[in-house]
Amino acid sequence: MSDTTAIGAMRLEEARRRWPDVFAVSLGHRVRVYGVWLALGAATVFSLWHTGFFDFARIATGVGKLGWLLGFMFPPAANGWFPDFCEGILETLGMAFFGTLFAALFALPFGFLGARNVVTSFLIHFSFRRSFDCLRGIDTLIWALIFVNVVGLGPFAGILAIIVSDMGTLAKLFAEAIENIDRKQVDGVRASGASEIEVVRFGILPQVIPVMLSQMLYQFESNTRSATILGIVGAGGIGLQLSDRIRVNNWDEACLIIIMILVTVSVIDHLSKLIRLRIIQAQEYRP
Amino acid sequence: MSYAAAPDPVAAFERARDAMRRARRSKEILFVVIFCAVFVLSAIVGEVSVGTFVEGLPGLFNYVSDTIPDIHGDDVVGGVREWFWAFPRWLGLLFDTIVIAFLGTLLGTIGALAFCFPGSRNLVTNRWLYFVVRRLTEIARAVPELVYALIFVFAFGLGPLPGVLAIMVHSSGALGKLFSEVNENIDIGPIEGVRAAGGNWFQIIRLAVIPQVLPNYLSYALLRFEINVRSAAVIGFVGAGGIGQELMFVIRQFVYTDISAIVLMIIATVSLIDMTCEKLRHQFIDEQRATP
Repeated sequence: MSDTTAIGAMRLEEARRRWPDVFAVSLGHRVRVYGVWLALGAATVFSLWHTGFFDFARIATGVGKLGWLLGFMFPPAANGWFPDFCEGILETLGMAFFGTLFAALFALPFGFLGARNVVTSFLIHFSFRRSFDCLRGIDTLIWALIFVNVVGLGPFAGILAIIVSDMGTLAKLFAEAIENIDRKQVDGVRASGASEIEVVRFGILPQVIPVMLSQMLYQFESNTRSATILGIVGAGGIGLQLSDRIRVNNWDEACLIIIMILVTVSVIDHLSKLIRLRIIQAQEYRP
Repeated sequence: MSYAAAPDPVAAFERARDAMRRARRSKEILFVVIFCAVFVLSAIVGEVSVGTFVEGLPGLFNYVSDTIPDIHGDDVVGGVREWFWAFPRWLGLLFDTIVIAFLGTLLGTIGALAFCFPGSRNLVTNRWLYFVVRRLTEIARAVPELVYALIFVFAFGLGPLPGVLAIMVHSSGALGKLFSEVNENIDIGPIEGVRAAGGNWFQIIRLAVIPQVLPNYLSYALLRFEINVRSAAVIGFVGAGGIGQELMFVIRQFVYTDISAIVLMIIATVSLIDMTCEKLRHQFIDEQRATP
């Protein structure tokens, strides 16, 4: 190797003098990095103090209690309530299924109204999109609490909560799916003299239905999860039994319910993944 | 014409189409039967009744119209002031909510960092460790926040502390899974380089893995923060602090205009935080692209 490629100690010194930025991080950058860390640290300490993490006596009591109740959780037991728990799980699944189905039915027309390529008026599709956002922005649990006031305690309130909050989510997803379609099929159907309804039926729907189905399944999974907790505010499902057990200190039964929820959720996830794969494959095989 | 001699192509096509349809029909009928059965079953267990709904429908409209405050054109400012009569207190509670979400996300991220390296298939050789960590992550993720909140409220008493813990446990599971997936998709080259230079496991993680995955971690953590602000807003329903407790109270007590005021404030906060986080995420992605 010649001296021109290898960097000797002399050349290194020279380079350091000529391009100091390469060898040392600039002061401004360093100040910025330290500033971010300092701010994060200060925010963390403040939050810890604000939420009561420095109340060590409370933490110690809490951890002791936590260990105590974990001890009571095992072994999980049904104490003869198993059929009731199964009914609760079934109710949860029923709520999720019914809620998702009707949310999708209601979301379908709104999805079309919120799609830019179907409704060309900016004002209309914009205002529809924003109202979906509002429906989505309110948590299912808040809707459940409101519907319990309107239709009374029970799974029906939970179903209505799922329908309303999911309608926003699904309408947004549907609108996006419709906006992403291939224009050529729509133009082809229109060129052959179809009416607007026929354009939707033969030009748009065949393209978006597989996407919509897979989004519905995905939403069903997520609704199964949220339906397990709707019972905590009295809107039906297994959550009611769970919160009751926790309130009266029945930890072995609570643990069994939690395990049943875990099993149900993972079975539903697995099934829906299988079906979604099949839908995608069926779509790909189509010539 | 010679066409007459050949079998009619239209008839052949129709025959083939009929055969295909018959083959599909039995499957379709089965599907419809299953669907109807599930539908009826869930309508029964869900206690769905059109009667209750039709009876409740005017109630729902009344409910919504009751939450709309009575603001007259001549005194808009006074009307709004009366509508948001407890604005400073609600703002404080919203601040609590954000603090709960922030701390829960931060501690959850730390927990996820502990979970994610032993939970990545390409970074551990011990199968048992991998299996145990993966199952732990799954349990932490699969139990809803609200259930953790119920348990922690029982153990630690009312207030934001159990809320933070509940969000922390759930987030560490959710983020742990995402982080492990990021780890499993990294370039193996730097790992081999550090190992060849004699680095131990911690040095491999620090010098070969972290630089590759950090931007993705940050982006996922920010996304989780957005989700956690939403959960922190309702976690107060079981007494775990934040605006949820107040919202639960006004809904239960039918203080109609307060319901709409608080819900609007929650929506505003959530969308403000969403926008800020989106901006930050894009900044991270841009910075990552800028460095070669």
